[in-house]
Amino acid sequence: MKNKLSHFAIPYVVWMALFVVAPIIMVVVYAFSAAEGGFTLANFARMGTYTVVFTRSFKLAIIATLVCLLIGYPVSYMMSKEGPRFQRIAMVLIMLPMWMNFLLRTYSWMSILENNGLLNQLFQKIGLIALYNSIFGTDIQFFRMMNTQGAVVLGMVYNYLPFMILPIYSVIVKLDNSLIEAARDLGADTFNVFRRVILPLSLPGVLSGITMVFVPSVSTFAISKMLGGGTEMMLGDLIEQQFLGGAYNPQLGAAISLVMMIIVVVCMVVMNRFGEGEEQAVML
Amino acid sequence: MKKMVALTLALMMAASLFLTGCSVRKDEPSTPDSSDTDTSSGSNSSGKRVVNVCSWGEYIDENLIYQFEDETGITVNYQTAESNEALYSLLKTGAGDYDVIVPSDYMIARLIEEDMLAELDYSNIPNYDLIGDQYKSLSFDPENKYTVPYTWGTLGIIYNTTMVDEPITSWDAMFDEKYAGNVLMIRNSRDALAAALLDLGYSINTTDEAEIREAYQLLADAKSKGVYQSFVMDEIFNKMEGGNAAIAMYYAGDYLTMLENNEDLAYVVPEEGSNWFVDAMCVLKNAQHKEEAEAWINFIASTEANLANMDYIWYASPNTKALETYPDYYEETYGEALDMGLYEIMAAPADVLDRCTLYENLPASVLTLYNDLWTELGI
Repeated sequence: MKNKLSHFAIPYVVWMALFVVAPIIMVVVYAFSAAEGGFTLANFARMGTYTVVFTRSFKLAIIATLVCLLIGYPVSYMMSKEGPRFQRIAMVLIMLPMWMNFLLRTYSWMSILENNGLLNQLFQKIGLIALYNSIFGTDIQFFRMMNTQGAVVLGMVYNYLPFMILPIYSVIVKLDNSLIEAARDLGADTFNVFRRVILPLSLPGVLSGITMVFVPSVSTFAISKMLGGGTEMMLGDLIEQQFLGGAYNPQLGAAISLVMMIIVVVCMVVMNRFGEGEEQAVML
Repeated sequence: MKKMVALTLALMMAASLFLTGCSVRKDEPSTPDSSDTDTSSGSNSSGKRVVNVCSWGEYIDENLIYQFEDETGITVNYQTAESNEALYSLLKTGAGDYDVIVPSDYMIARLIEEDMLAELDYSNIPNYDLIGDQYKSLSFDPENKYTVPYTWGTLGIIYNTTMVDEPITSWDAMFDEKYAGNVLMIRNSRDALAAALLDLGYSINTTDEAEIREAYQLLADAKSKGVYQSFVMDEIFNKMEGGNAAIAMYYAGDYLTMLENNEDLAYVVPEEGSNWFVDAMCVLKNAQHKEEAEAWINFIASTEANLANMDYIWYASPNTKALETYPDYYEETYGEALDMGLYEIMAAPADVLDRCTLYENLPASVLTLYNDLWTELGI
């Protein structure tokens, strides 16, 4: 019986082999080959030059993930405590922006954040900029928001926040209420119920949320190109440039991708180990 | 929980699909077999005829596509690439399955050198005779075997007259600390380094490593001093039209498009000289639809198509008759005379062209140097 059902998995296995495993093998092969062919480590030797880009990307991705967590967790928690009708509406509202093209949404952030954009015009109208100038004795015409690292982080948070909220919410909403009641019966106050019961039990959701926000953030190129202005390159930009930019060097691009993937995998493994320990502790 | 993760992952994959949507694919007509209009092609039995075109964004009057489809029954798949370099990568990786491309001069030379273009059968392109002689036999295709010029124009500085103190006349403005945070640099190694080379008084086609490194240093210094607000290609339209930056460098035709939305903008071909470019239609060696490709090229080279294109994209046409009669065409269409100042920006007069140079293809070692320096600049 079980064997028969497993036949249904064949399309997915084929899909994985074709579009996940094969490309990874190609990346590895490319990373270790020279432009003229043949084995080389030269692509990795150049990696040192890009340390700045690596640290910048990981820094911004970590910040974005933390912000998503800090916003996403309370939202998921509150949502799960509301009635089913509210939950449904809230869910639709969270998903709604994702029905629109990701590039378009990021593009509209450009016109909001520009020096002469919607936000700055609003600040001008309500006198915020004049107020700022009179307090600090400066003479600015606008707040510089575009083309900063802050704008890039904002873009990531905006785009990836649903991927943090959904897994956390789905875990919390399924929490067994009797566990919470038991904790109360045993004399735990609200804070302790949260810290000792709800938080540890929701950790799997938090971990998958972190993964789903961190991984796309660290490799993004569209967001940093549009909102970061391209003056401070991120890993995604660097890799894209090797394939699509003036620098056509797929071997180097593959090498950078490989190093990035390895770092990300290591991060994830370490984090999941930590998560596993927690889960078992709770079970015991 | 698992279900939710699966669902979110699926959404994420769907989202990433959109990410690759950088090319515009024109919708196919809903009735491809409308036999009432189609008498000319006469090849209904051999199935649907198709031509795959890759050009730049905002670079054609799209009505021409429909017109061509109606006249010939050939379906046009019109796609766009961001820059010559991006196009080159698409061709190299085999990602783009194109028949007709519209690269610029120096990229054409490189593609010919790498044997990627097909020789054209000019007997299928009678409209080639309408192209002015000054746009033929140029360095990229000296024997006129591979190309039919599409547009030409100049590279220059676009600036917002309300945001600068004096008229801009020199490439210095692109590196001047005075305009820190207000300058948009072009995100394209060839043009960006050309600006620096010209400012230093060197040739834009120099192969001298010391000169190129000096130019790079000029760019890098300006960048570290915060001169550049950002590096842009077509994002420039929004930024300059919205008054978000004072100075930028781009192409004359695009300046005229921006001017329609912001009349404070001015354009100058700097006194040190500049680049004048020719973009030409070519057919790829491995093209599947060479016959259709030549039909498309012939259609686009016609005077009517050139007039329509010029009116829409504001790039000068190499079709002599179209270029000369454009002011009349404009007056007829809009009922008012064309501002000849604008016409001269589009179709630069001889005295401006005299200080402009065509890009030449650079040797491989210099291209590698360009690429390395460009990546370094980004870091």
